[in-house]
Amino acid sequence: MTSGEERIACAFGAGKKPLVIAFTVAGDPDVPTSLAIMREMTAAGADIIELGLPWSDPVADGPVIQRADLRALSGGMNTDRLFDLVRRFRSEQEIPVILLTYANPVLRRGVDRFYLEAADAGIDGVVIADVPFEETAPFSAAARSSGIAQIAMVSPMTPPERISRIVSAGRGFIYLVAALGVTGVRQGTDPAAIDLLAAVKARTTLPVAPGFGISSPEQVREWEAAGADAVIVGSAIVQVIETRHGDPEGVVCGVGELIRALKHGCPDNAGTGLQGPSHGTPAW
Amino acid sequence: MILGTRFGEYGGCFVPETLIPALEELEEAYRTIVPDPSFQKELSGYLTEFAGRETPLTLCRNISQDLGCRVYLKREDLLHSGAHKLNNALGQALLAKYMGKKRLIAETGAGQHGVATAIAGAVTGLPVDVYMGDVDIERQAPNVARMKLFGARVIPASSGTRTLKDAVNEALRDWTGNVRDTHYLIGSVVGPHPFPSLVRDFQRVIGTETRVQVLEREGRLPDAIVACVGGGSNAIGMFHPFLDDDVALYGVEAGGEGEGGRTGATLCKGSPGTLHGAYSYLLQDNYGQVAESHSVSAGLDYPGVGPEHSMLRDSSRVTYSSVTDREALDACLYLSRREGILPALESSHAVAYARNLAMSLDRDQVMVISLSGRGDKDLATVMEYAGVQV
Repeated sequence: MTSGEERIACAFGAGKKPLVIAFTVAGDPDVPTSLAIMREMTAAGADIIELGLPWSDPVADGPVIQRADLRALSGGMNTDRLFDLVRRFRSEQEIPVILLTYANPVLRRGVDRFYLEAADAGIDGVVIADVPFEETAPFSAAARSSGIAQIAMVSPMTPPERISRIVSAGRGFIYLVAALGVTGVRQGTDPAAIDLLAAVKARTTLPVAPGFGISSPEQVREWEAAGADAVIVGSAIVQVIETRHGDPEGVVCGVGELIRALKHGCPDNAGTGLQGPSHGTPAW
Repeated sequence: MILGTRFGEYGGCFVPETLIPALEELEEAYRTIVPDPSFQKELSGYLTEFAGRETPLTLCRNISQDLGCRVYLKREDLLHSGAHKLNNALGQALLAKYMGKKRLIAETGAGQHGVATAIAGAVTGLPVDVYMGDVDIERQAPNVARMKLFGARVIPASSGTRTLKDAVNEALRDWTGNVRDTHYLIGSVVGPHPFPSLVRDFQRVIGTETRVQVLEREGRLPDAIVACVGGGSNAIGMFHPFLDDDVALYGVEAGGEGEGGRTGATLCKGSPGTLHGAYSYLLQDNYGQVAESHSVSAGLDYPGVGPEHSMLRDSSRVTYSSVTDREALDACLYLSRREGILPALESSHAVAYARNLAMSLDRDQVMVISLSGRGDKDLATVMEYAGVQV
C-alpha cells in the first residue's frame, strides 16, 4: 500500500510545476456535489485536492470559507461523512487528497483514531490551521504511525530560525502562508511572500506551496517564476461554489473552468467572475 | 515560548502560525515589563486615582441576618466603568503602550469589556476597535453608545452565532492581519498563552485586596468565597491569592434554562477541547463542533472557559456548580431590595449560589461574594422579569 507521504511525493515528482492544489469544503453545498467537484478538479488538471473538514469557529479563514463551513455543517457534514466521501472518491481516483481542519474535531475523535481512520479512508496529508509547531507533537506522531504527511505552515511573521525548526518537522510539503491575515482572494502577490519562499526553500528540500489569496493565472505565473512547487487555491474556488449555489452542474462546471484557467495560464479571471479589491485587502 | 504554556494539561497556543511570534513578544513583555517597578507604579496610579481602587469590602447586615452567616461583598461594581473588567483593560492597554503598539482591538459580549477597553484606550491615547456580535449590539445598546462616546469604533461580528464567541473569532482574525502594530486586549482569562496568565495577574488585585480587608475586619481568612464564572476572570482574580489557604472556593456558572435546557455551564456540562487558542472545557457536540451557549447574562453566555479553571475543576480545589437564569434574576432582586445594591446579572449568579451555600455555614462563619459588576446595564431584563413576577 502506498503511504500518503509517498503519494504526495509522487505528485510533486511527476507534475509540471507549479502544481495546483485545489481546495473545497467537504459537503459544500452537499455531499453529491462535493464528490462531483472533486472529480471535476481531477479532470481539469488539479494535482492535489485539499478537502476542508468544516469547523464551527474557523479563525484562520475569511468570510468566504466561513460561510462554506456553515453551509456544509448545516447540511450535516461531519467527520464520519467526510471519511465516507474520501473513501468513495479514493475507490476511483489516485490523486492525493489532503485534509484541512482545526484542532478540535481531531481531538474530539481522539488524535490516534482520527489519523488511523483518515489513512484508512485514503487521506494522504493533514494540515491543521490552529496547530502551530508548539502543539504539533501528538498530531505529528499519530500522522507518522498512520503514514499520513503532517503538513506544516510557515507565515510571513515566522522568523528565520523558527522556519528552520518548522520545516525540519514538516512532511509532504510546506504550506507557505502568502499573506498576513485570513484566507480570502487578494489581488497581486506580496513581495514579502516571494522573499519568504526563497527563505523557506533555502532551508528545506521539501516542496513549498504558497496559499492564501491566490486566485488568478497571473499570480500563478508570478509564483512559478519565483520557484514555487505548487500553489494552493481555496477561496476563489469556494466563491464559485457560493455564487452558483443551487445549480450543481454550474458549480461543477465553474470549478473546472477556474482550475483549467489556473493550470494552463488562460487569461486572467477566466471563469472566476471575481471583482478584486485594491492590492492587499481581502475580498469577499 | 519560555514560560510553561499549560495549567496541568490545559491551555497552550492553538492559534495559526502567524500569531505565534506576537504571542512570544507578548510573553516577553509579560515577563519583563509587567514586573518592572516603573510599570507597576504607573498602573497602580491608574488603578487608584483613575479607576477608584481599592474597592470596598461591604459587610451586608441584612442578608447576613437572613442567611445566618457573615456575608461580605467585594465591590467591583464600584470600580469606574461599573465592573472588574477595567483592572485588566488598564493593565493591558498600558502594556501595549510600553510595547509600542499603536492600536487596541477587543471583543465584547455584554459590552462591559468593550466599555473598559474604550475607557483604557481613551486614557492611554490608543485607538480602539471593539468587535461585538450584531445580536449583542442590538440588545446592549447603552453600552454601544458608551463605547462610541469614549471614541471606540464598534464593529459588528456577523458570522456564526453573532454573539461573544464570534466576536472573539473576529478579533483573532483582525489580529492575524494586523499583528505588527495591534494589541489584542482580550477580556478574560481565555485565549492562547500568555493571555490566561496575563489577565489573571491583572485581576489578582481583587483577591489580594480582599485578603487584606478580611484580615483587618475579621482577624482571619474567610471560610468561603463565591464568584461567577463565564470566561472566569473575576473568579480567578479573586481565587488565586487564596489557592494555598484553607478557604473553600466556589465558581458559579450560568445554568441557563436549567436541567435539559440551553446552558452556559461549560465546566459542569462540557468536555475538554480547543477554542480560541486554548485547550479547556468546552460545550461541544460529538464531532467537536462548538455548541451554542445560553445565559440571561450576556457576560456568562460563552461556550468556553479559562484553562486554569479547567485545571482547578479537575483537581477539585475549586467547586464549580451552576444556577439558572431564574435563580440569578431572583438573587438580583433580592440583593437590590435587602441591601440597596443592584448587581449585574453575572454577579447575581454568585449571589444566588451564596444563598444556598449559607445554609451549610454557622452564624460566625465568613463568606465573601465577588460582586464583579453593577446591574444598571441589565435594568430592562430585570424589570421585565420583576414586572411579570409582581
